[in-house]
Amino acid sequence: MTQAPVLDVRELRTSFFSSDGEIPAVDNISFSVKRGEILGIVGESGCGKSVTSLSIMKLVPQPPGKIVGGEILLNGEDIVPASERRMRQIRGNDIAMIFQEPMTSLNPLFTIGNQLTEGIMLHKKVKKKAATRLGIDMLKLVGLPRAEEIMKEYPHQLSGGMRQRVMIAMALSCDPKLLIADEPTTALDVTIQAQILSLMKELNRKLDTAIIMITHDLGVVAEICQRVIVMYAGQVVEEASVREIFKNPKHPYTIGLLESVPDVREKKERLYSIPGNVPRPGSIHQGCRFAARCDKAFDRCFNENPPLYPYGDRHAVRCFLHESGGEAHE
Amino acid sequence: MSDVLLKVDNLKKYFPIKGGIFGKRIGEVKAVDDVSFYVKKGETLGLVGESGCGKSTTGRALMRLIEPTEGQVLFEGKDLTKLNAEEMRRMRKEIQMVFQDPFASLNPRHTIQKILEEPLIVHGIKDKMERKRRVKEMLEVVGLNSYHAKRYPHQFSGGQRQRIGIARALMTKPKLIIADEPVSALDVSIQSQVLNLLEDLQKEFQLTYIFIAHDLGVVKHISDRIGVMYLGRLVEMTEAERLYEKPSHPYTKALLASIPIPDPDVQKESELLMGDLPSPSNPPKGCAFHTRCSECMEVCKTVRPELKEIEPGHFAACHLFNSDNQH
Repeated sequence: MTQAPVLDVRELRTSFFSSDGEIPAVDNISFSVKRGEILGIVGESGCGKSVTSLSIMKLVPQPPGKIVGGEILLNGEDIVPASERRMRQIRGNDIAMIFQEPMTSLNPLFTIGNQLTEGIMLHKKVKKKAATRLGIDMLKLVGLPRAEEIMKEYPHQLSGGMRQRVMIAMALSCDPKLLIADEPTTALDVTIQAQILSLMKELNRKLDTAIIMITHDLGVVAEICQRVIVMYAGQVVEEASVREIFKNPKHPYTIGLLESVPDVREKKERLYSIPGNVPRPGSIHQGCRFAARCDKAFDRCFNENPPLYPYGDRHAVRCFLHESGGEAHE
Repeated sequence: MSDVLLKVDNLKKYFPIKGGIFGKRIGEVKAVDDVSFYVKKGETLGLVGESGCGKSTTGRALMRLIEPTEGQVLFEGKDLTKLNAEEMRRMRKEIQMVFQDPFASLNPRHTIQKILEEPLIVHGIKDKMERKRRVKEMLEVVGLNSYHAKRYPHQFSGGQRQRIGIARALMTKPKLIIADEPVSALDVSIQSQVLNLLEDLQKEFQLTYIFIAHDLGVVKHISDRIGVMYLGRLVEMTEAERLYEKPSHPYTKALLASIPIPDPDVQKESELLMGDLPSPSNPPKGCAFHTRCSECMEVCKTVRPELKEIEPGHFAACHLFNSDNQH
């Protein structure tokens, strides 16, 4: 596969500036997403996964936040230096985003139709009538019944799952090449979550839209993603195909994370738990960021931050244990 | 049965819907509608269900934090719903609660010492040194340090705060703890720490838990028996292992099938549950689940199925298990 990536993030660094100085929330992150691919970004709170997605949309509140380094190449164009005017053309048109809370990301004072057609008229430069027609088609595409009536309804008249479907319809209405979904199912019940995930998979296949799925739920990742990035304290600690991550995890953090999820299929006598707490961003200055919680840490881990070592050709791990890149093992 | 700690019979909680200019009662939400179950000494009973199924209201109604509309709650044979306010207050020494949000359930202006000793003051331990000693002791039991007593809630992380919430519940040496989504606000790596702590404490203090959660994996891990709720009613109840191996109610089956499995090789065979949860203020007639059920029969639309024992220790409320409806 030599296809050019839709999005290529290179050495991205986003920091927040406070009275305590610079706090790096995203520290030197590189990854790319190909057309039609679903990439998962997993991590716990404060690991920088949401700041990464806001950086790509250039929606990091500034100040206090700022992209301090790196490139974000969207179809080859670096959008880090792009003007706000250019960004407004890109958002919605090339990259769209859906958020966790479908209740708060819709304006309660406007009808669904009103909010759905706004973006379409702006980006596609069409009249109200054509936009409404397209809006109705989009609502049907995301599986909402009685689409014509829903256009005239207000957000409070819809359930959580229906609102998230509306958000997806809105995000996809201008055929973006990339959809960023930030915890899109976290606020939903399991049965509704299953519906939304299967809808996203279906739309990805049908429209060939690349998706970045940001989540803390490993089950969701296994269900929908093809490739996964695991983040910890602002850095990528492991990157691999979804199968590799679940069958052959290498980083002690990834292993611990997988072990600590209670699995409905088996009875574990006792859950594995990673000792300690998730570090506050910017609180670790030296050594591997996971060293303090790692049961395999040795002296070097506390003094030096390991780089991302390639492990085989499609797997990368930020851990000294895998310095030899897996060659010594296989 | 002497080993039953808590027995709930036909518990109901209806919230009135008021409307019109005089605030007349125009309807009601049946948040908990005729729920009966029992909890044995030393066991963990899990209550699962989606939002709006009444699991939290059930937990609160047991402690009369929400006054139940009807029904009996027998704790060691004593009916809690008949107690007056003073008797109930004394009874709460035996039944304590752990809440979901460790950020909202601790007073930000009180030190941990003050938060933890308050239950002791309420329950009449006047000696200040004694209270201090017991706070220190309890902090160590839940895996914190005694010097933490001087700090304020904002100085702790989410996981540590939940440990404080658990410590507070344990201060009065209760017999029963009702934990309402105690780990759902926590990160995965912290969640497993708290679950392990709850299990350790159960062994150490012979506690009985009612564990309310929406995460089926978590509930299965910690519970001995599980009750599944849907729109204010218990639809199935049995031992944890059995529920996952042999779910009987169509809703339980659908719920289990919708859990995302952390294994990319697992292919899902069963179809998804369609549609949304109906409004609890206007639940469907007959079986509340019939609008989304794949095995709906004529009788389901009119007659409400009762919770019946379909095999020893396994209860389900579904017409499929009524002998006269079987085909």
